[in-house]
Amino acid sequence: MSKERAYNRKERADDFRLALRSTLPVMAGYLVLGIGLGFIMRSSGYGTLWSAAEAIFIYAGSMQYAAVGLLKDHASLLTAAVTTLAVNARHIFYGISMMEQYRDAGSGKGYLIFSLTDETYSLLCDRELTGKAHDRKRFFITVSVLDHIYWITGCTLGGLFSSVMPDVASGAEFALTALFVSVFTGQWTGTEDHIPALTGVNCSLLCLVLFGKDRFLIPSMLMIVAVLLAHRRKEHDA
Amino acid sequence: MMHDILTVAVISAVTVAVRFLPFVIFRKAEDVPETVKYLGKVLPGAVMGMLVIFCLKDLDLTAASHGITELMSAGVTAASYLWKKDTSLSVIIGTACYMLLSRL
Repeated sequence: MSKERAYNRKERADDFRLALRSTLPVMAGYLVLGIGLGFIMRSSGYGTLWSAAEAIFIYAGSMQYAAVGLLKDHASLLTAAVTTLAVNARHIFYGISMMEQYRDAGSGKGYLIFSLTDETYSLLCDRELTGKAHDRKRFFITVSVLDHIYWITGCTLGGLFSSVMPDVASGAEFALTALFVSVFTGQWTGTEDHIPALTGVNCSLLCLVLFGKDRFLIPSMLMIVAVLLAHRRKEHDA
Repeated sequence: MMHDILTVAVISAVTVAVRFLPFVIFRKAEDVPETVKYLGKVLPGAVMGMLVIFCLKDLDLTAASHGITELMSAGVTAASYLWKKDTSLSVIIGTACYMLLSRL
């Protein structure tokens, strides 16, 4: 109880500001990509309600882009399930690496797990960032909810406006690439052990060349896990 | 219409299932094998490398531009991070750089 009281209004405001500031890149990226998705959905005959419902219940950008094709082609439910599994398999990784951090997350844990997108993950896996919050649990939730709101807003706006994307904003979706690049750079400078980062880049590049850009994610992940485990065994033996 | 609703429901259900999977398999912290704990520690670094490659996968190095806009903007993002150590700031700088270069 005393701890609860110690988390005063000022600290709460600090945490919220930190969350807002760190999710700004996600806001830019999600609004632009969400609006783009809303357009595509609309031009395929699926209006605002569909975009909004997908944003709320699926909340996975690349899968929602893939879903447009599935809906238009009246693909079978099995095809839909298998495609989703293939596109989203990487999320299993995120769960594994957040397991410890989310262990005591309490009542919001289910939502945290549901809303663990690439972008939310890239922010919350950074212990240096989450360590700055007065109340980490609440910070996890705030970041996750804010990102979800940006995505729902983007998808809904895209469905509402039937015109094309205002030209001023084109290119703003690069914010997501920039987010991953700067988190990657931060992780690189924050550790002496560059094996994981090099493994991630090299395996992905190799699989991109071998399997092509539409099919390289799953082989990359399998190769990354295999290489990292082999590396661990070698260290154990040494 | 009904089929569309079911399709969205299936995609949603599988997405949720995939995200919950590790948490369902290892209910308690004690259940998590050492190997998985190790992966949890090293994967963030590797995954971020993979996501960077994923974002840059559409680069066409054989095109006239050689994807120079993307690569330069990514470089500017990384450099500005090294300079100020501020993620939001380097995202703003990198994105501005991309938006500018792609309009030239």
